[in-house]
Amino acid sequence: MADPSFANPRTPEAGGTASERVMSPNDVRAGPRRRDCLAGAAAIVLGTGRAGAAPLGVYRRGNDADPETLDPHRSSTVAEAHILRDLYEGLVAYDGAGDLIPGAAEGWTVSPDRLTYTFRLRAEGRWSNGDPVLAGDFVFALRRILNPATAAKYAEVLFAIRGARAVNGGDAPAEALGVAAPDPRTVVLTLEQPTPYILELLTHQTALPVHPASTARHGDAFTKPGNLVSNGPYRLVDMVPNDRITLARNLYFHAAAGVTIPTVAFLPTPDLASAVRRYAAGEIDSLADLPGDQMASLRRRFGAEVVLGPALGVYALALNTRKPPFDDVRVRRALSLGLDREFLGGAVWGETMSPAYSLCPPGLDNSLPPPELAGREALPIDREEEARALLAAAGFGPGGRTLRLEYRFNSSDNNRNTAIAVADMWRGLGVETRFVYTDAKTHFAHLRDGGDFDVARMSWIADYSDPQNFLFLLESGNDGLNAGRYANPAFDRLMREAAAEPDTARRADILFAAESLLMAELPWIPLLHNRSKALISQRLKGYRANLRNVSPTRFLRLEG
Amino acid sequence: MIGFVLRRLLQAIPTLFIVVTASFFLIRLAPGGPFDLERPLPKAAREALARVYGLDQPLLVQYARYLGALLTGDLGPSFSFRDLSVAELFARFLPVSMTLGAIALILAVALGIGLGALAAFRRGGIADRIVSGLAGLTVSVPTFVIAPLLQIAFGLGLRWLPAGGWEGGAPAHLVLPAITLALPQVGAIARLTRASLADSLGAQHIRTARAMGLPDHRIARHALRGGLLPVVAILGPTAASLLTGSVVVETIFGLPGLGRAFVDGALNRDYPLVMGTVLLVAGFVVLLNLVADILAAMLDPRLRLAR
Repeated sequence: MADPSFANPRTPEAGGTASERVMSPNDVRAGPRRRDCLAGAAAIVLGTGRAGAAPLGVYRRGNDADPETLDPHRSSTVAEAHILRDLYEGLVAYDGAGDLIPGAAEGWTVSPDRLTYTFRLRAEGRWSNGDPVLAGDFVFALRRILNPATAAKYAEVLFAIRGARAVNGGDAPAEALGVAAPDPRTVVLTLEQPTPYILELLTHQTALPVHPASTARHGDAFTKPGNLVSNGPYRLVDMVPNDRITLARNLYFHAAAGVTIPTVAFLPTPDLASAVRRYAAGEIDSLADLPGDQMASLRRRFGAEVVLGPALGVYALALNTRKPPFDDVRVRRALSLGLDREFLGGAVWGETMSPAYSLCPPGLDNSLPPPELAGREALPIDREEEARALLAAAGFGPGGRTLRLEYRFNSSDNNRNTAIAVADMWRGLGVETRFVYTDAKTHFAHLRDGGDFDVARMSWIADYSDPQNFLFLLESGNDGLNAGRYANPAFDRLMREAAAEPDTARRADILFAAESLLMAELPWIPLLHNRSKALISQRLKGYRANLRNVSPTRFLRLEG
Repeated sequence: MIGFVLRRLLQAIPTLFIVVTASFFLIRLAPGGPFDLERPLPKAAREALARVYGLDQPLLVQYARYLGALLTGDLGPSFSFRDLSVAELFARFLPVSMTLGAIALILAVALGIGLGALAAFRRGGIADRIVSGLAGLTVSVPTFVIAPLLQIAFGLGLRWLPAGGWEGGAPAHLVLPAITLALPQVGAIARLTRASLADSLGAQHIRTARAMGLPDHRIARHALRGGLLPVVAILGPTAASLLTGSVVVETIFGLPGLGRAFVDGALNRDYPLVMGTVLLVAGFVVLLNLVADILAAMLDPRLRLAR
């Protein structure tokens, strides 16, 4: 970036009176900022004057979709998380490899019973308007998201905090929440139960702070450009829905000196094929998702710019265990044995998904390697034979009835191709499959409301790297996600035991046993585990694929 | 004339009312609510959200409230862009779609009528065959094929133009989307012009004019007057559809226009956004049909406005 004000940012003064604010590094009215704006605008104009030329210092970052909101407490999507991670900083944060690092807190201590976490805030923490980041801001934020009046979609994820469930349900006052600020630099968090993934939860968008004074002044409009005050590496400059969201470096950020990309523009890319063409034309620097059916050609064209990595997700088929014949474990196991997962991952998904032989993907924190489905090593022909035998025992096949089932999915190219491949594999077992497909909203609303189905496509992207965040899907009380209303008291008991177990190793054993139970019973048949897939331009340096699929812009660099 | 315009505008009010009412109830028939995710919302959160947006009220109350707000010009909040209101979204989306649509309309009318007339006056000749062939091609090749082909040719291959993006409406970014939008209309208008001009060239008064030895350009002027009437008649709907955006063109070129907002809005069950868009499009159709009728009356003295 040509502008010298970026190379040597002024250190903001503590406190900040009104007159200092006018000269603050982030203030648009201040001289250096204006020059910088003009330089940025010029760069954009010049950059677009000739097709394909990259604007200086602007990272054009492809993002799956536009955010529904930039209010972290009302947000819920992965696409929103990418933007919010650049705007805000939680007590704990992710580095470029997806590992946990101190965020707004410089450190923390944990009580011996693992129920109390005491965080020490950085002395130099600042909001993008120069206000200091205070412990009270975090108390305010957690009370705000759990306040039922906020109508936060994702508040549930924070129920590990003491009193959170009651406060969110309106059964307890906000003050009953287990968060306190004994002094301006200390946040004390108390938990319901020992929660090994609590630090990771604090990186989640739901646990990000908001600037209390701005929410008071602007109400719901605090997220608009010009109003939004954030404490992360970037601050909001502009937002054009369906076009771009522009962030600029927050020079008050405690590690601003290490942030090298001056401007990041998030571009929603709902049409991936078209996004790839824009990437090829040099108009986008990275894509966060790729069209699965074009992988071979993408690899040929872009070589090492195609980056695949692990991810925290599973693609599965839920079976309706409430009704015959899917209440029969032999039928469920036969349907699972009849699948060629390697083919699904390789041919249907172009290796953008890996074959799944367990519900949890391998590599989760606080866990053992997941238990694998029986029969992975068996030859396809032996598996098929076993499957036929199981179906025959259940009364299907030659001499018995024909198993006819209905396969529901939400329509997308990949889901349709998967369904067709699965039906074809099942035809080999003499199973007849009919498809019912709808748009995503209809699909998930139907399942949530207990609608009838035989087999339904499910998918889950975890919020934190812990087996609990996959296994809870099949708890008997989880009406929203447990589409087939699978209810196994033994499984539920193991999940409760795991939740109460303070010892991480013992807890991992219990969760392993719980998953083993699922793999024997197969209320969901796991098909594939997600992989992160990205196109990373050679101009962009420092991208590291990781299980959590996070890549904060502050750890990236632009060259050329 | 003024009386005619006023009467037509008054007649539009019941039309728009029916459009609003039908879309209000139809969009709510679609399963799933605006705030459902893959992870279903906890009951408490769903109820809280419904309260915030008044969705917990009986349907008729919601309907009455919507109409009441509409009368004060309030289109309501957007459910899928919760930081903005529908009016704020339109303020962003409408200029994009209208800019592109206006360019496409001018292209379509100028090229369509020009090529169609050329073909009609040179009926059976090479020009006619080329124009007719091209017109058939542009009408039958769908936009979702044309758009990627243009992207690949001019954005990736020749690198003359950007493959997508809006960039505040920079001229280079308008070219490919406007051409994509215009092409099918060029074909349609050229065909219509050719056919109706051919008819009109065979009409009695033109034959008389020829027999009287009028020069070609004067014959052409007389023939065009009558021959353009059917073209003017379709201009209303054509203009309305071009000016209110195309989901295909806007999605493929990554443009923040109204067409994409409408379809995304429907998929996201963003009721206010969908209804606002339906109302806006209906308004455009009414208005532009009126303009087309006035134009037609100016071309053809036999048509009387005050009917």
